[in-house]
Amino acid sequence: MSAAIEVDGLVKRFSGDVLALDGVSFEVERGSVYGLLGPNGAGKTTVVRILTTILRPDRGRASVLGHDVVAAPELVRSLFGLAGQYAAVDENLTGRENLRMVGRLNHLARPVVASRSAELLEQFELSDAADRTLKTYSGGMRRRLDLAAALVASPGVLFLDEPTTGLDPQARIGLWGVIEQLVEQGTTVLLTTQYLEEADRLASRVAVVDHGRVIAEGTPAALKADLGATVLEIGLHDAETAARAASALAHVSEKRPRVFGSDIEIAADGGPRIATAALRALDQEGIEPLRFALREPSLDDVFLSLTGHTAEDGRPDEAVVPARAAGQA
Amino acid sequence: MSAPAVVAVADRNRLPDGPTARLRWAVADTVTLTVRNLIGYLRVPEALFFSSVQPIMFVLLFRYVFGGAIHPPHGSYVNFLIPGIFVQTVAFGSIGTSIGLAEDLQKGIVERFRALPMARSAVLAGRTIADLVRNVFVAVIITGIGYAVGFRVQTNALAFIAGLGVILIFAYALSWGFALVGLSAPNSETAQVMSFPLLFPLTFASAAFVPVQTMPSWLQGFATHQPVSVVVNATRALMLGGPAASLVWQSLAWTVGIVVVLAPLAVRRYRRIA
Repeated sequence: MSAAIEVDGLVKRFSGDVLALDGVSFEVERGSVYGLLGPNGAGKTTVVRILTTILRPDRGRASVLGHDVVAAPELVRSLFGLAGQYAAVDENLTGRENLRMVGRLNHLARPVVASRSAELLEQFELSDAADRTLKTYSGGMRRRLDLAAALVASPGVLFLDEPTTGLDPQARIGLWGVIEQLVEQGTTVLLTTQYLEEADRLASRVAVVDHGRVIAEGTPAALKADLGATVLEIGLHDAETAARAASALAHVSEKRPRVFGSDIEIAADGGPRIATAALRALDQEGIEPLRFALREPSLDDVFLSLTGHTAEDGRPDEAVVPARAAGQA
Repeated sequence: MSAPAVVAVADRNRLPDGPTARLRWAVADTVTLTVRNLIGYLRVPEALFFSSVQPIMFVLLFRYVFGGAIHPPHGSYVNFLIPGIFVQTVAFGSIGTSIGLAEDLQKGIVERFRALPMARSAVLAGRTIADLVRNVFVAVIITGIGYAVGFRVQTNALAFIAGLGVILIFAYALSWGFALVGLSAPNSETAQVMSFPLLFPLTFASAAFVPVQTMPSWLQGFATHQPVSVVVNATRALMLGGPAASLVWQSLAWTVGIVVVLAPLAVRRYRRIA
């Protein structure tokens, strides 16, 4: 059986000569969760818009459950659900009215629309708010309703375009739980995200997208192994000390230390073992760090390691410590 | 929070397999979106205001404040006024078409509709038909307030209803014009700002509130022949008496002309936005 989603050499150029996609290819196996990971403007949403038949590609082909999105857009539209960062739900309608509208627009039979709406409201813990207009809903509730709307027609493929962007951590974790359960039931999911943590938790395979191209592809574990499972951050008094420290630390990890002004970062597989070795090496040189911390790698680290620039600024490596995503250990 | 169970594939409906099935889908989708838009109008205070309070204010303002100074060539001012109020109100109401569409675009709702297996035509059809239904409601309100302030039909019920018919289909044509405005605006506020300069000359430099003969001669040509005046005069002839046939034909010609020119432009604009 063919893959649930096949994307082959997609090119899309927008007016103003912006090359949004520059030959993107990947395949998503049935029943799996595939993550497109990248910063804002990388082209993730453009891929989703092509797969959902909203945009036509300039070149390349894409198919959903074996059906070409350009040749059979109507058929393709009956196969997937779409939810995303904008939670495109109608504010003037109640939660229940929103789900029923989407059910009708999917041409489900009326009794199915009613029972399915009630079922989804219950399961997404929106029953109490079901008959209130969306103006009274929190951001997290709107996303849950948006996700419920995407599921009304029980699609085989679900597109989630940055489902948790802009949500507070608690709402994000709640939504992750829902997505995980969907996947257990066999729904194929294509997820776009700016958060490595999110891709790591949900996706079985990840493509890292930058400037309209896939720059790395594999399981999250493999990507992180390439990068080093943890990052050792050392703050020093000045750039000169940092340079001395970097040469002292050159061999504590397989990865070379990176210097950002008076700070050093070392990607490491060994975690605490590397930390001990690093402290020992610094001590031998008589260098006393101001700051010394181990943390999980962030999207910035993935980008730095793959492209030499951070995810946020999109510019080449600069002599500053990249800004960290909030909530990163 | 637990995830929903997967529904059997048998619950899903097949794609339409012929022109008849396709038409049935388009009608069903249009009804769904018309209902959705009407619910929106009922729940948005500004929309309700434009539909109900504003025409009442205009009736009272012109009937009791300005009306004493305005002398129509035949009959009472209140009889002269009410047909004008009908047309002015539905014309102003068509701003709702542009604001509603601009808002749906801005909030990503139109994009979401485009990813659903529904008839694409339903987005514009559902919007303009909802506005038509709203205008029927508006016409009932104005008839009520008109009778309360002394308006009396001088012909017969049938001619009165024909007059409302002329207004309602003209308003439906205008909705397509303002759909085009709404689809061209970056957001709903701009849609509103773009709509008023189009509507003001059409409704006020017209025969709606004052006899055109009282205007300076350079304005009379425009004020007599522009569509709002033609429709107002046709309505007056139908509701108050006088030769109506030519004016009704002219109204229908404007109505058809507006739809033929602006509806395809609106549809093309809608197709391009993606």
